Amino acid sequence: MNKSNNIILEKSPSGITGLDEITEGGLPKGRPTLICGSAGCGKTMFAMQFLVHGAENGEPGVFVSFEETQIELEKNFASLGIDLKRLEREKKFLVEYIYMERSEIEETGDFDLEGLFIRLAYAVEQIGAKRIVLDTIEALFSGMPNEFILRAELRRLFAWLKNHGLTAVITGERGENTLTRYGLEEYVADCVILLDNPVINKISTRNIRIIKYRGSSHGYNEYPFLMDEDGISILPITSLLLEHEAPNEYISTGIKRLDTMMGGNGFYKGSSILLTGSAGTGKSSVAATFAENICKNGQKCLIFAFEESPKQIIRNMRSIGVDLQPWINEGLLKFQATRPTLYGLETHLVTIYKIVNEFKPDVVIFDPISNLISVGSPDEVKSVLIRIIDFLKNMQITTLSTSLTLMGKIETDIGVSSLMDTWIDLKSVETNGERNRTIDVVKTRGMNHSNQVREFILSNEGIKLVDIYLGPSGMLTGSARVSQIANEKAEKLERQQAIEIKQLELKQKRRAMEAQIEELKSKFETEKNELDRAIEQKKLKEQVLEEERKMMAQIRHSNGDK
Amino acid sequence: MHSDSESDNGDGTDENGEVWNLRLYVAGQTPKSIEAFANLKEICETHLKGKYKIEVVDLVENPELAKNDQILAIPTLVRKLPEPVKKIIGTLANEEKVLVGLDITPIKSR
Repeated sequence: MNKSNNIILEKSPSGITGLDEITEGGLPKGRPTLICGSAGCGKTMFAMQFLVHGAENGEPGVFVSFEETQIELEKNFASLGIDLKRLEREKKFLVEYIYMERSEIEETGDFDLEGLFIRLAYAVEQIGAKRIVLDTIEALFSGMPNEFILRAELRRLFAWLKNHGLTAVITGERGENTLTRYGLEEYVADCVILLDNPVINKISTRNIRIIKYRGSSHGYNEYPFLMDEDGISILPITSLLLEHEAPNEYISTGIKRLDTMMGGNGFYKGSSILLTGSAGTGKSSVAATFAENICKNGQKCLIFAFEESPKQIIRNMRSIGVDLQPWINEGLLKFQATRPTLYGLETHLVTIYKIVNEFKPDVVIFDPISNLISVGSPDEVKSVLIRIIDFLKNMQITTLSTSLTLMGKIETDIGVSSLMDTWIDLKSVETNGERNRTIDVVKTRGMNHSNQVREFILSNEGIKLVDIYLGPSGMLTGSARVSQIANEKAEKLERQQAIEIKQLELKQKRRAMEAQIEELKSKFETEKNELDRAIEQKKLKEQVLEEERKMMAQIRHSNGDK
Repeated sequence: MHSDSESDNGDGTDENGEVWNLRLYVAGQTPKSIEAFANLKEICETHLKGKYKIEVVDLVENPELAKNDQILAIPTLVRKLPEPVKKIIGTLANEEKVLVGLDITPIKSR
């Protein structure tokens, strides 16, 4: 609001969660506000919440009821935990029940509604009321004759309320072509709020819209609201701007290799992650692993389960070595399991908003977000998802949404994926009669992520990522990968063995050669010995012959010379 | 219808001592209040002579009294007795409607 304005429209906080946000402060103070809507859309609840909030914050209020008696009101709101009796005792609240029976009242001449004015004035005076509710003043038209006089008196009534500085809430039943059946909007020009309760595809939603707010800016959209044991709460999520913080903190996925694939540290805190994959690719397992890791680090995780019951999830996740039960016991993990078709999209949105605000998680998981699609048209779903994601981002909550893809068709996700900071795709590859899972990071904003596809193995020790085999025959996973690796090993072994054999052969040849050499050598030795011996003998013989010759000569000499 | 009632009932008066207890709610001495009181007085004198009692409640002075009889319109006339309680609103200018509203058996005008 512009504070330099001299005349600032003063506002009364309504006490209705979210309404003060879209009205920028509450209802116009000291002026009447018209709440219109069809039967059962929450008009009385709205009015009562407004009064009770005032009563508890120094602005006593009068509830002028034309329909329910004081006792009925007390009972109805006691079941919502509002103790009207206590407020009455403390003189902060008062019910003025006005009863009319048309058949009992005969009009015999000119009249006015001074009696009503006196009663209102008296009630206001008794508790020093600052707020007043008229629920619903239109009953006058059916309870009193002479519409002409009534209209004049209504005009006077609204002027009277203004003159008394009462912040008033006037309820009115929705007419066929008008906001209220009797055209109350004609008199209340300051602020008009419409409550709506459309049923689309048999699913009921509640919407609130500010039709006009004189002298103030306000949100223009239809906002969904929730009516439960805490009264009305509005989720003004469309009023969010794109100005959320962008922290540099990381949050680990709980799967080391997956962290590595995204630069080593995991997701950015407060980012939104989309996990797509067809049936049975392990989306929930990745989500559960992530959740477990969050809790291990002492942070809080909230899981919206749209498909399985918490007990079923816990049982199933034990099979991959993820035990979530202890974290639930410690209050770090919370499951919110609902069938998406239980209520309308907008109601889902408000429920999510409420639970997130109560539980204040660090991480929110939607498993699977694609189930919400069954509740509305793709456009509506997208609009709701945008608001959920924006809201959680604003709260710095990391969001992991799983989404089912049908045999590679991700049309519905493409719209969503542009909202997401990180998109991880799980696939199942069918080859050689078996199905194997792969994981890859399609995108992750602001991170240097891996472009490699990894194989993703679920075992009873959790999730493991392994490199897939990339070879001349393409990408191989599972047993094909294993057999390929085995084949390669065998081939390598074979090659090694061949070398060894050759080496052995060489060795043997060398040995053979050496043996031959040895043999020749010994043969030569033998022959040499023999020859030596023969030579010796020959030499000896020669010597003997020489000696004999000498001896003969000597003998011849002695005989012949004589 | 008016003439029928006249002829049917003649000038018969109530013999069993029936008391008409009427309460007129007004808010201050406004022209409407004064007119209503005058009209009421005349009707009673005409039709209920001697057996009626009029109580005027000024809500400006006693606003708390409005709630009991569920008064919204001013003036409002409440027939407290005889029972059941009946209520008519306005200045009581339309005598015929007053008589019907209060269930008074009209007496032939003098």
